[in-house]
Amino acid sequence: MNKLNIWIQKHQNKMTASIAILIAVSLIAKFLLKLPTLSTVAMIVASIIGAIPVALHAISALQNKVISIELLVTIAVVGAFIIGEYEESAVVTFLFLFGNFLEQKTLEKTRSSVKSLTKMAPTTAELVNEDGTTEEVDVDDLDEGDHVVVKPGGQIPVDGKIIDGTGYMNEASITGESTPVEKSIGDNVFAGSITDNGTITIETTSVGEDTTFGKIIELVEEAQDSQSPAARFIDKFATYYTPAVLIIGILVWAITQNFPLAITVLVLGCPGALVIGAPVSNVAGIGNGAKNGILMKGGNAVNTFSHVDTLVLDKTGTLTTGKMSVTDVTNFGKNKNEMMALLSAVENTSDHPLGQAIVKYTHDLGVTDDVKLPELDTVKGQGLVGQSDEFKILVGNERLMKANNVQITKEQRKAINARMNDGDSVVLMALDQELRLVVGVNDQLRPDAREGLQALKDAGLKRIVMLTGDNKVAAQRVAERLPIDEVHAELLPEDKVEFVKKFKEQGSTVAFVGDGINDSPSLATANIGIGMGTGTDVAIETSDIILVKSSFDALAHAYKLSKKTVANTKENIIIAVGTVALLLLGLIVGVIHMGSGMFVHELSILVVIFNAMRLIQNKSSKLDSNQVLKTAN
Amino acid sequence: MAKAILQLGELTCPSCLTKIQKGVENQDGVSNVKVLFNAGKVRADFDEDKTSADQISNVITDLGYEVKKVKVKESK
Repeated sequence: MNKLNIWIQKHQNKMTASIAILIAVSLIAKFLLKLPTLSTVAMIVASIIGAIPVALHAISALQNKVISIELLVTIAVVGAFIIGEYEESAVVTFLFLFGNFLEQKTLEKTRSSVKSLTKMAPTTAELVNEDGTTEEVDVDDLDEGDHVVVKPGGQIPVDGKIIDGTGYMNEASITGESTPVEKSIGDNVFAGSITDNGTITIETTSVGEDTTFGKIIELVEEAQDSQSPAARFIDKFATYYTPAVLIIGILVWAITQNFPLAITVLVLGCPGALVIGAPVSNVAGIGNGAKNGILMKGGNAVNTFSHVDTLVLDKTGTLTTGKMSVTDVTNFGKNKNEMMALLSAVENTSDHPLGQAIVKYTHDLGVTDDVKLPELDTVKGQGLVGQSDEFKILVGNERLMKANNVQITKEQRKAINARMNDGDSVVLMALDQELRLVVGVNDQLRPDAREGLQALKDAGLKRIVMLTGDNKVAAQRVAERLPIDEVHAELLPEDKVEFVKKFKEQGSTVAFVGDGINDSPSLATANIGIGMGTGTDVAIETSDIILVKSSFDALAHAYKLSKKTVANTKENIIIAVGTVALLLLGLIVGVIHMGSGMFVHELSILVVIFNAMRLIQNKSSKLDSNQVLKTAN
Repeated sequence: MAKAILQLGELTCPSCLTKIQKGVENQDGVSNVKVLFNAGKVRADFDEDKTSADQISNVITDLGYEVKKVKVKESK
């Protein structure tokens, strides 16, 4: 029986094809060859071949106390067979099986986005044995502490630490950032990333499903199964609906004594599109997100996010990159590179974030800073001072300049004010009592923040609130350049939670966007917590939606996608319910029979799947080009 | 306790899910059964003294579903 079950499952498509051929033969025999006996025999054989797999499914479902659609179809087909309607029984089983086949094929499509993600998961690794030889093994056979070697162009098979070698890693599958990053001994590498060049040896820290990449896949797989409220309702409905149809069928037979009518009711009452309509939208929507670096934790998250009207953002690390960088340099000396080399050499002695930004900037320019410096003294809250026989150098803020009587010209004053107006921190350098450099340093705004937030507003978001621990002036300057409605500054992390609570009490549906490091309470409190750009376990656990890439494009896409997915679910439910209603009407009027009823049913299943498939093709780039046009006008 | 992860063939009917879920759950020593419909996977914790991953795999095969791959993770 079980062997038969599996054999049938494997060959179900061939069986469906042979039924199709038999039906065709039968029709040819009937209408062209005028051989009614051959025609009937072909239909009988087709019915039997078709009924077996359906009946087997129905029986095994019954063993688990589930009244399935297959049971309705089996009873109907057997009934039709008994009353000699071989044509009807053959057509119904064929349509049912063929519908299953198409359903399977199209379902594969809606699942394809996640499949392509899991395909990126590493399967084999080059294990280094104790004697130094290597062998290829399955990643599942690796353990914590094993050493594996990865050659250029190879895929990192595990999460771990580099113990030998240096290489450039493409970590797009984890961080969304496709620019390769250089990693060497002691650095962490992630399974699923690719080495662009360099051979490295890694000590394994986690394998398979425990790696960050494994967790991302697990999350998406579970998300696709976790249902939206609409889907859950339909699911519950269907468990009562199917037995109800069976009972109605029996009642119809008992009351009217019309057996053909009763079995037709069974076929027409099949809840096909109803069962599949809502989940399939979610699968497609969540799959689209996963492909675009947006991980949504299930239908519930999608549904709630689509109703969000208030977006609360953290500034540092979310709206801004969280990294200090030089915004502008004004040079009042003779040779800019010489001046920069000097400044960089001074800053290199300190670990102040502003100084670090300047050193990086100078190095990126290709300027070397191996300048001989005098002994430097730190003046607290002002900067650094150095004096030798040849020159005196001052690096710091305006107070340092004043304290040392450095004159500031009108032109220099203008440069300083310009930086301050942009909300920059200003670093000044004076050489022998003359101001030479005015450097602005700022925590950089993400390049797509303005467009992304505007896109969110256009998509129907009512209010955007920025919360920050920064001072009011700096906060206001950032907010002015963005479509932000409210700014609250000088807050502690616990104050941020209070704001989220307050908005919720006012009746808003709140989404909080943060980096997940110190925002976890706010992420958890908001109706929807959105973790941005961090693959940290905490962010993955507390967020409802995770943006792999720190991008506002992705955020806007996620919002629109959630709205589209919810709308799509509704459309599918309407299609499904509408189909059943139309069929019943058709039955009453007398234009629908068993075969045509089954045909309409299978058609409606395909319609809802195709409708959901529209969500897969919904690309973010397309939305964004519209967006750019809109903001440009 | 160990964790078994079974990769099945493509699942198409939501009622298959219920069938597999109940079938595996009814095994002695098996707990925390999770059937992932769209991924076509089954995850379950089991007591190695009472049953094995192969036995779980057999249950699913007996229900009429193809098991493509079985993975076992020992929990520490």
